[in-house]
Amino acid sequence: MAADINAFVTEERIEGDADADGPLADATVAVKDNISTEGVRTTCGSEMLADYVPPYSATVVDRLTDAGATVVGKTNMDEFGMGTTTETSAFGPTRNPVDTDRVPGGSSGGSAAAVAAGEADVALGSDTGGSVRCPAAFCGVVGIKPTYGLVSRYGLIAYANSLEQIGPIAGTVEEAAAALDVIAGDDPHDGTTRDLREVEGADPDASYAAAADGDVAGLTIGVPTELFEGADERVVETVEAAIDDLEAQGAETTQISLPSVEHAVQAYYVIAMAEASSNLARFDGVRYGNRAESDGNWNESFAETREEGFGAEVKRRILLGTYALSAGYHDKYYEKAQDARAWVRQDFEEAFDDVDVIASPTMPVLPFELGESLDDPLRMYLADANTTPVNLANLPAISVPAGEADGLPVGLQLVGPKFGEETIVRAASAVEER
Amino acid sequence: MSDTSESTDDAGESPDGGDDAAAAVDAEEVRHVADLARVRLADDEVDEFAAQFGDILEYFEALDEVPETEREEDLVNVMRPDEVRDGLSQEEALANAEETEDGFFVGPKVS
Repeated sequence: MAADINAFVTEERIEGDADADGPLADATVAVKDNISTEGVRTTCGSEMLADYVPPYSATVVDRLTDAGATVVGKTNMDEFGMGTTTETSAFGPTRNPVDTDRVPGGSSGGSAAAVAAGEADVALGSDTGGSVRCPAAFCGVVGIKPTYGLVSRYGLIAYANSLEQIGPIAGTVEEAAAALDVIAGDDPHDGTTRDLREVEGADPDASYAAAADGDVAGLTIGVPTELFEGADERVVETVEAAIDDLEAQGAETTQISLPSVEHAVQAYYVIAMAEASSNLARFDGVRYGNRAESDGNWNESFAETREEGFGAEVKRRILLGTYALSAGYHDKYYEKAQDARAWVRQDFEEAFDDVDVIASPTMPVLPFELGESLDDPLRMYLADANTTPVNLANLPAISVPAGEADGLPVGLQLVGPKFGEETIVRAASAVEER
Repeated sequence: MSDTSESTDDAGESPDGGDDAAAAVDAEEVRHVADLARVRLADDEVDEFAAQFGDILEYFEALDEVPETEREEDLVNVMRPDEVRDGLSQEEALANAEETEDGFFVGPKVS
């Protein structure tokens, strides 16, 4: 099965602590291939890093193995996390285990496919604009994008630092929450992590797994019209049925409006591409990564190394990011994108004055067929309409299976206020109980 | 949008958006940005990107409608005491380099 769907780039084990106990003792975990594993190659799905072997492990990997989980392999992904289908990998596309003619979503497609195919109990992905939630939705599993600052990014090879978080993928809400319990927490190696004892309103002793109790009585669910407009009808029907079911279990729903999200995709891509153009400048073939055979000087050698090492989507984003930051365009694109980001953040903050969680389809579409969107980057970007606002606002969100349409999985996204992971876990666990 | 469009035609056959939509990007601009980003592109890639960038940048134009928004971020510096800690050994730091010499990275020639 594993070979058929191409979920893994590298299948190598890192044994967990045999003496550990707790919910992850003896669990198997698949780790996205942009998360560093000491001694096990970490490719980011790129030719550039095809032979790169990290000298240290990411904090999240150490925390999982300390908790008794055994890493079973490194999962396939869109190159450097840049994609919504896991087709931009230099190691070939991953297939959706539910329907192998379709994509698993991305960019953490290998992680979601590994869990859906039973190749691992849990998996880690990274979510910059939806890269955990999208593949979770397309493969019919659960994915959590934590609040920015809840989980350490130390050892995550950066794409867009201000947006991304590592998050768990699992077959059930409780399992995903248990993995989050293990990986969450401040880390001296990542200055953007928060100590929950110092965050107002957060519970430093929270158990996310314990919050999966299915109790939604009295919970208020906001339903934003903007995140349903334009979505595939079959997706909308499936998601609305799941929300109706939460109402039947005692939750209240209320229509809300988030006008700013109409600009989220543009703002997300400008900011992510700008950050990518800076982050990926490090790949020059000198300290690590593959270097082109070149007779040229310093600049020519770098340019040839990067021509050979990067695929088309990575080049596109580096170039557009460079363009958006260049003199004359910085104010037009980057500054306006930052305004949009602040606007999205305010919109959500105001909405959470009145509601506990915000529900929408995770993806406005059903899983694409393989190859369907590859030649049309803009079409692929537009599929991120419902997930990117969450990253812009630094909020937590979960994708939980809402049901099927035409035999394909549909994900329900539940967004919470900052550090409100317990609330979205609770609400998502009620969706499972239908 | 461009002040460097004069020389587009020098790039040979260019079915890029150089002569239609307002947000179009020409091949020369793509080459310029690729040069800034130190990414060499094949000619057919330049043409393909020019067409795609036109579409994508036109879509980004919608950001013009975004109101100026107060960015009330309370960002603080995160500092730690400046104490010596264990880091990578020299051997570990060099382990992934294509070429090393006497404990140093070897880069391409400067000129």
